[in-house]
Amino acid sequence: MITSLARRKELATSLGRLERMLEIRAVEESIQKLYNDGHVRGSTHLANGQEAVSVGIASVIRPTDVVTCTYRGHAAALALGVTPEGVLGEICGRVIGCAGGIGGSMHLMDASVGLMPTFAIIGAGLPVAAGVALAAKLKKTDDVAVTIFGDGSTNIGAFHETLNMASIFKLPVVFVIENNLYGEYTRINLSTPISDLADRADSYAMRKEIVDGQDLDAVMKSISSAVDFARAGNGPTLIEAKTYRYSGHSRSDPATYRTPGELDEWKLRDPLDISAARLIASGDLNLATLGELKERIAQRVEKAISTVLASDSPSLDALLEHVVESSK
Amino acid sequence: MTVMRTRQAVIAALNDELESDPNVFLMGEDIGAGGGPFKATEGLFDKFGPERVIDTPISEMAFLGAGVGAAAMGMRPVVEMMFVEFIGVALDQLNTQAAFFRYLSRGSYQVPLTIRSAAGAGLGFGCQHSQILDQWFRGNSGISLVIPSDPQSMYGLLRSAIRSNDPVVVLEHKALYGERGDVITGEAGIVPIGQAKLVTEGKDLTIVAIGSTVLTAKAALESQSSWSADIIDLRTLIPWDKKMVLESVAKTGRLVVVEESSFSGGWGTEITSHVVSTLWGDLKSPPHRITAPDAPVPYAQNLEERYLPSSSYVVAQIDELLKTGKCPAPWWGDKK
Repeated sequence: MITSLARRKELATSLGRLERMLEIRAVEESIQKLYNDGHVRGSTHLANGQEAVSVGIASVIRPTDVVTCTYRGHAAALALGVTPEGVLGEICGRVIGCAGGIGGSMHLMDASVGLMPTFAIIGAGLPVAAGVALAAKLKKTDDVAVTIFGDGSTNIGAFHETLNMASIFKLPVVFVIENNLYGEYTRINLSTPISDLADRADSYAMRKEIVDGQDLDAVMKSISSAVDFARAGNGPTLIEAKTYRYSGHSRSDPATYRTPGELDEWKLRDPLDISAARLIASGDLNLATLGELKERIAQRVEKAISTVLASDSPSLDALLEHVVESSK
Repeated sequence: MTVMRTRQAVIAALNDELESDPNVFLMGEDIGAGGGPFKATEGLFDKFGPERVIDTPISEMAFLGAGVGAAAMGMRPVVEMMFVEFIGVALDQLNTQAAFFRYLSRGSYQVPLTIRSAAGAGLGFGCQHSQILDQWFRGNSGISLVIPSDPQSMYGLLRSAIRSNDPVVVLEHKALYGERGDVITGEAGIVPIGQAKLVTEGKDLTIVAIGSTVLTAKAALESQSSWSADIIDLRTLIPWDKKMVLESVAKTGRLVVVEESSFSGGWGTEITSHVVSTLWGDLKSPPHRITAPDAPVPYAQNLEERYLPSSSYVVAQIDELLKTGKCPAPWWGDKK
């Protein structure tokens, strides 16, 4: 099977990046059926509609840079390079999963591409990313930490504490808010008194940027400048990517609280369509090759599902392994 | 061998680890230029500089979590949480993040993080700065918990904690910071995590204690001559030394646990439960726990002194246990 690191390199071209976004969408769309068929336990949190943010980040940073991400992490994991087998295998609790089936949907990880186990507690990944950045600073490497979180996280104490500390320590960390307008089931205007969350950087004298999260090229540009800024020792940036999730918060959420028409309006600015249209306009893609690409991805996901379902459940030994160093 | 106060043993251990491993660094509130509220990091900032001894804002979630992230990247952070209660502000980063990082990453990442906190009653700090709070860390997989009782175990356990590849919480009893004792420094002075110490040998009973109650148990033993006891200083609460405790109780047939924790849910329940389960039939009397009451730590000196098990109270409890063969009621009565 292709390694995560090799898959990461596929993001070097614009076609590769579009392919990855299409793959993320296809993988996430396959999860409901896997659930209906009894292969998925607990909850899952989809990022459909937000693919450009993850792929934009993964396309710009190095594999030695480290990412902390929330439980809405399928897209980030796939973008960074984890295989569909690794993600779907984890969601299905099989040994082929990227954490051997121990973590589940909310705890995806792959150290080879810098993905720490994704965090299922809101805000928890921010201080850890600051620590990763502190280690880079103390070791005098020029690696950076990127932490991805939702708009809901900007109301938790860890966000404010970490921004403040990262700013005074000038830590090489990039804070990326995926502002999808809903913190779990609650619309942002009901939970937050400002609409541009990037403005929270002002309190911490931090560089800030607002970016169109549906536009992959814009995301890449924004992340790239923040990463360069951090690598040069200038400190953190708070980036707010304005985006939208097409699904509810989790599988059990039908998202009946949406403003009427809001979803349809956002779908007109689908990140996959925007990227595809741009490649068609530049002559790098046509409708026929786009169709072939989608077909190839559908087959890849089908094959991944077959591989996952043929994979074993973890052995009982796995339950007691890696609790502490001596448990091995 | 040098005579040191316990707080000086903290400084010595930190100094020796900072010198021996460039990945070790200290982080916390007022630990640098200020030397810490208990002067337990005094002089280290001047010697090692602001990159190895880092003063943080009053943001426990941020800097404890940063300790987790830095540790996962191969550093060995020693994070000072000034009072153990302050860990409550950041408990997620310890119990839910640091503790499970190795497990969730299947060993790809490990968290060699040490958390030091001043804990315990006796100095009149009031109920929000006087708890021992070992219960916050028990029953939680992935972390160790040590509570030193003297300068030597402080030095030796702290060095072991910093060298551990898993998170270790070191509860430093604030009433013991000023106590003096002989300390062997260097490799010979290192105390392994998980290893208890037989403080005295006796025949009538086994007294299991940790931290401040080791001193209470010793004072109790020395104040009378009608019974003798094995006093075991557990030193590590997670994982505790089952072997030493079981061997001793198998010999003496009686177990008394002396705890600073509240009666309900105190660590002694774990010890007595395991001893009963393992040595049922060999015991001469029921295992007995001498604890603090189920109440917050009071401020007034007479009340705080009553709150903590005193040596005279321990003697009275043990005398009655030996005389009647039954567990005596605690001083606050036996409210069932």
